[in-house]
Amino acid sequence: MRAIKAETAANQYLIDIQRIRADFPILKREIKPGIPLIYLDSAATSQKPNAVIDSMSEYYRNHNANIHRAVHTLAEEATAMYEAGRAKVAACIAAQPEELIFTRNATEAINLVAQSWGRARLQAGDRILLSELEHHSNLVPWQILAKERDLQLDFIPMTGSGELDLDTCEKLLARGPKLVALTQMSNVMGTIVPIRDITRSAHRAGARVLVDAAQAAPHKAIDVHDLDADFLALSAHKMCGPTGIGALYGKVEILHAMPPFLGGGDMIRKVDWRSFEPNDLPHNFEAGTPAIAEAVGWGAAIDYLNAIGFDAIHRHEKALAAYAMESLREIPGVTVLGPEPSKRGGLVSFTLEGIHPHDIAQILDSYGIAVRAGHHCAMPLHTKLGLSATTRASFYLYTTFEEIDALAEGLQKTRALFA
Amino acid sequence: MDDLYRQQIIDRYKHPLKRGVLEPHDITFEDENPLCGDRLRIDLRVGPDGKITQAAFSGDGCAISQASADLLAEYIEGKPLEEVRALSKEDILDLLGIELSPIRLKCALLSLKVLKAGAYGMKDLKEAE
Repeated sequence: MRAIKAETAANQYLIDIQRIRADFPILKREIKPGIPLIYLDSAATSQKPNAVIDSMSEYYRNHNANIHRAVHTLAEEATAMYEAGRAKVAACIAAQPEELIFTRNATEAINLVAQSWGRARLQAGDRILLSELEHHSNLVPWQILAKERDLQLDFIPMTGSGELDLDTCEKLLARGPKLVALTQMSNVMGTIVPIRDITRSAHRAGARVLVDAAQAAPHKAIDVHDLDADFLALSAHKMCGPTGIGALYGKVEILHAMPPFLGGGDMIRKVDWRSFEPNDLPHNFEAGTPAIAEAVGWGAAIDYLNAIGFDAIHRHEKALAAYAMESLREIPGVTVLGPEPSKRGGLVSFTLEGIHPHDIAQILDSYGIAVRAGHHCAMPLHTKLGLSATTRASFYLYTTFEEIDALAEGLQKTRALFA
Repeated sequence: MDDLYRQQIIDRYKHPLKRGVLEPHDITFEDENPLCGDRLRIDLRVGPDGKITQAAFSGDGCAISQASADLLAEYIEGKPLEEVRALSKEDILDLLGIELSPIRLKCALLSLKVLKAGAYGMKDLKEAE
């Protein structure tokens, strides 16, 4: 194993890494006999601690019922647990529970804004300002709406180091977009976007701001008031929670003025044959039986992350990213994408000259190392970079410096194989 | 090392036997796998008896897609177009000699997809004449 660099070692393990790893049962998994899992794909989905798995199991074993309306004990318990999950997610971003709508994932949260707010508010010729860092979930919903309503899409350009060109952003804001929809952290470049500054400018220009926080929320504390976001989209599964649940935060006065998204049970107060009266916020946007156990699990995930502390997690990931960038750059033929460690979260995308990312990922898998290869749901971004695909190693609170050493060794072996 | 990257695959990827373009050619077809960015073109020369006299591939992509194209181009030379049209997924896997996950199967089968599109395109053309 390579010696860990002194300056990194000084920062090493700002958290109790062994205790944390013991909380994640999957990290004991062997990919093949004698080859332990090295999971470097947390930006795709994080692993789940026992606290989350157990909370969902406990819900199903002892409390499962459909929520709201029923008067029996289990239904009351299930409703209370579901709403407690909502309160925890809302508190995690400094929002009120009625401002937090549960969705299937962050993608559905963005689609909700596009289909409800967008269809009500946007007319032919209106503009939406996006950025070149966006991945498909913050592009395609707007493309669908743009086609339907004849809207113009503008894009804040990405600089060579994967940051947003804020000068051009100002010029694009001068075109008077009705909405600015941006990721808070690029899932390819790792860039953390200065949302608060952009929000201030966007509001001055009269635009609403939607923040896609699916990638950022697992790694840093978010305060929607500090960001002054009008909408913010979240996904549970990237932050130690289960798949199948996400959330949309919206400023309450904006949500109040929005027409329904999906229709069905729970989103209504009263229904007759030909009309309905919608329920109160946030239930009027939650049609049908929601992901109850998942809301419970997400709440447990937030409790778990809070107990460790988002600041400690963020510092740990920055140290990992800095170490990974340094380690990978020592390998001949490796090009690391994205900005310097101070401007990024815990992921590093790279290319290895002459070797396709799918081959890299497949060979690393034979050493138990899980990385992602491809366009990471950001095809236009890859086209801009002139690359068809990249390889991405992404980290979380349970990632160790030794695992990054294993990645570097695996890449050296990959090079040797193709030499 | 992973069985996928047995020597044959690496050799075919690094030192292909059938990489190139044929000008002139009787059949050419190009396609891509947008998910991974693999891009492949296959050129064929066909004799009066309907047999392939020469095959070549060009493009870029992962080792599996490129090695598969090289093996396939070599395999089909001398074979009638009819036989090429009847090639199956199993034939490609036999040529490669490896087991593949569903994702990587797409890489391996891009060459077959391109070849068949070319071969059937020619048939359609003849029927139209």
